[in-house]
Amino acid sequence: MEGEVLLKDKIRQLKEKIEDKLGKKDFGDVLIVGGGISGIQASLDLASSGFKVYLVDEAPSIGGHMAQLDKTFPTNDCSI
Amino acid sequence: MEYCPVVYPDAFNQGISNEKAIHIYFSQAIPLITYIDESCLYLEEKKCRICENICQNDAIDLKQEPKKKEVNVGAIILSPGIKPYDPGAMKEYHYGDFINVVSSMDYERIMCATGPYQGEILRAFDLKSPQKIAWIQCVGSRQVIEGGNSYCSSVCCTYAQKQVILTKDYNPDAECTIFHNDIRSYGKDFERFYERTNALPGVRFIRSYTNIVREDPETKNVFVRYATNEEGVKEEEFDLVVLSVGLEPPANYDQMADIFDIELNEHGFCKTDPANPIQTTRPGIFSCGAFQGPTDIPESVFSASGASSQCGQLLNFRRGKLAQDKVYPPEIDVSGEEPRIGVFVCHCGANISRVVDIPSTVDYCLTLPNVVYAMEQLFSCASNSAQEITDMIKEKGLNRVVIAACTPRTLEPLFHDTLKEAGLNQYYLEMANIREHDSWVHSKAKEEATVKAWDLIRMSVARANLLEPLQEIDLPVNKAALVVGGGIAGMNCAFSIAEQGHIVHLLEKEPVLGGIARKIHDTLEGLDVQEYLRTLIEKIYRHPLIHVYTETTITEVTGYVGNFVTKVQSEKGDAVIEHGAAIIATGADVYTPTEYLYGEDERVLTHLELEELMAKEDEKVTGAQSIVMIQCVGCRNEDRDYCSRICCSESIKNALKLKEINPDLDIYVLFRDIRTYGFNEDFYREAADKDVRFIRYEPEAEPQIEPGTGEEDGRPVLKVTLPDYVLGKKLELDADLVALAAATIPAPTTKEVAGQFMLTLNPDGFYKEAHVKLRPVEFATDGVFLCGLAHYPKFIPETINQAYGAASRVLTLLSHDTVTASGSICVVEDEKCMGCGACVTACKYDAIKLQKTRHGDKAMVNPVLCKGDGLCNAMCPTGAIQLKHYTDEELFSMIDTMIPVEEEEKADAIAGGV
Repeated sequence: MEGEVLLKDKIRQLKEKIEDKLGKKDFGDVLIVGGGISGIQASLDLASSGFKVYLVDEAPSIGGHMAQLDKTFPTNDCSI
Repeated sequence: MEYCPVVYPDAFNQGISNEKAIHIYFSQAIPLITYIDESCLYLEEKKCRICENICQNDAIDLKQEPKKKEVNVGAIILSPGIKPYDPGAMKEYHYGDFINVVSSMDYERIMCATGPYQGEILRAFDLKSPQKIAWIQCVGSRQVIEGGNSYCSSVCCTYAQKQVILTKDYNPDAECTIFHNDIRSYGKDFERFYERTNALPGVRFIRSYTNIVREDPETKNVFVRYATNEEGVKEEEFDLVVLSVGLEPPANYDQMADIFDIELNEHGFCKTDPANPIQTTRPGIFSCGAFQGPTDIPESVFSASGASSQCGQLLNFRRGKLAQDKVYPPEIDVSGEEPRIGVFVCHCGANISRVVDIPSTVDYCLTLPNVVYAMEQLFSCASNSAQEITDMIKEKGLNRVVIAACTPRTLEPLFHDTLKEAGLNQYYLEMANIREHDSWVHSKAKEEATVKAWDLIRMSVARANLLEPLQEIDLPVNKAALVVGGGIAGMNCAFSIAEQGHIVHLLEKEPVLGGIARKIHDTLEGLDVQEYLRTLIEKIYRHPLIHVYTETTITEVTGYVGNFVTKVQSEKGDAVIEHGAAIIATGADVYTPTEYLYGEDERVLTHLELEELMAKEDEKVTGAQSIVMIQCVGCRNEDRDYCSRICCSESIKNALKLKEINPDLDIYVLFRDIRTYGFNEDFYREAADKDVRFIRYEPEAEPQIEPGTGEEDGRPVLKVTLPDYVLGKKLELDADLVALAAATIPAPTTKEVAGQFMLTLNPDGFYKEAHVKLRPVEFATDGVFLCGLAHYPKFIPETINQAYGAASRVLTLLSHDTVTASGSICVVEDEKCMGCGACVTACKYDAIKLQKTRHGDKAMVNPVLCKGDGLCNAMCPTGAIQLKHYTDEELFSMIDTMIPVEEEEKADAIAGGV
């Protein structure tokens, strides 16, 4: 019982310490810079295997250059 | 947007069309919202504010400031992609100067249905369709002059061929000319694609450097000067010239390197280690996609997955702590209700609406039985459209949804999700394919195509009336993985999975690990392959979660995603392995040549055998005065219609090494096209600078080889003769050794393993992935993954990328406790079943068994094994077995509404009379 209280206290102290150091900021697992086809794929893989991802892109939309392409070779499938 | 007074060139459409200051980035943008960019009058001069006043929702806030947000993360992935080369950097292309010279990126937008001309291929100058079009290859690539890049951009040869095919689809009379250097069709199925392009009427491939000389002042047509061996220098007039621009590092790469404190290579791309191309020079920061170097989409996809797997290795301890699962609203039971069908008709940009008249189609839908609502959408797959569908389901009380758009193959899962969001069972969805089955194939017959769209939708609506809600099954997932093949691919994949806490069984058919890499000593980038292998093998054996089986054969594979059971025989004896996922990394083999005296004269070797002799410093090599290398032996021919991708670089690696050993050695490389794509181009140039002689031959006039004596000293040599196209005469070369760049061929076990795991092969005998671009490490068979040479020939760094990529996809399965199986499976109506067993033999998945009951043998379906292919339905003589979601009743209703019963009887009568 006493040990439990001590432990809780320790956790609280640790939390305060972390907040002190990092500020009350957002936490994530992985930051991905660039939302083209590779950034999107990496985000999907990480998110579907249990990680929180921040995906950032300089354009107003994700998709990158692939979104600008009409079709893709060698199957001539639609790019979008 | 209508009211915004600012009109300026639209960057997304390469500045070919105009846009307003407030606009949507492109019609399928995610997020799909309007935004205001820097050209806004208010932002520039504090004037205007029209949009703010017009907007009824008060959604516009012109005072918004950029906000800084800090996030703390455990790892970073850099995937900034590339910048297309700006041909304006070199005056001689007259880009921006001649109106009918465009870049290939401009041309992509010109061709695109969402582009400036809605998919019509037109010239900006006169808005007419160009008849004579020239492509100029290697613009900004393979150039060591000011303003160019020395490397090869890897993708331009094949994208130019794609543009030619699409141009010919649009205008069959167009004359297309490609001015090229080597044609680099090195990727999977690229060679066939090249042949397909080359075989089109009115398409010319001309191997020549070019000059854009002038434009016609009236027509603005462009004159191109080029030279051929047959006709010398010529000048030709074209309506449009497309510059096949290369790929450059992202615009702000210096700044990016500073911010993240990583090193770049000499070209401005990420500096990578050939032993782990995903790792940057700074721990915890990974790179993927074209930032590793110019690359195509599938390589970008698997290196991205690979980066994800390496993050997973680093952060495994906190997996699942921050992520949240998606929660759907509870499902509403509508099974007792009358059908209320909503039809959503998609424009697909202009892909459908250019041919099919959408407004009249929507009106038609509303006349169909039980259709209570119909509307058109620009892109039904866009996120706002999905929201619209969800909203309408709720607002109009829809209980069945028909989406008239494209093939369900790609987007059905997305729309299933849409229905679930609205609280409907996802099996209340039906799709009418009015794109692939209609607008794309009947583009010249608009009225008939519209009628066909009505027919297709009527059929779908008929079926939608009969759809039933189905439940999906959650299956438990066994957390172990099985890797078949212990080469570089299999070992890296096994290591990455094991590092993320899963047991891995690694099977190797040979007594030792290493695969074909055991025959390779170094790479062009300078990786010591044998040393690398030693370290890797040690890591594998030391890993507590990896179990290695050598001298292994697989005797039986049963089970399904999440629950496979594989029986193996190995040096450890027999074993039964239970696993949730399987990774096929069975590698490849080297072709044993039958040509060029191989096997008859011991001076004729394969390129790998030459490498082996070089490593041993054999005097056959050290004593040689002249070595001839012949490329494309056993591939790029009728038997093997593909390029082995790695042999050009392998020969150049050997040549450079030989020149190091003996700078006076004469080396001749006889080639068809040198395919040193990417940064390997620099090594090709280095070899040429060091006097390695590159001589091109045509497949119609292959080099001839016979024993003879040396011209000057009378030593015994092999005489190699071939035509020289530049000098126009026959060349005779004396060789002490001839090295054949023998093809990379599928491993002998490929077919057997494919049969055991129920996988398909491509026409060349390599495994066929689920999607060539977007799912390059997965099979259509759930729970089975792919990496390494078994997929297609590739370099060691590419193999490592792909191995980590496969590991990542495996983790998306193994990190969950359950996997969902489809509700569309077969069921048996016991009363009708006679126990004949026809269905049991028809099933390819072993999903049906006969079971003894009081009423005799009856077929039983194992729901988790059933893939819903319906083969058993067709075999059943009594109609006792039915595939849910595709019942006879549902399918017949579609046929009946298409061909009314009277007509059917008439047709039967005619057929009966004959």
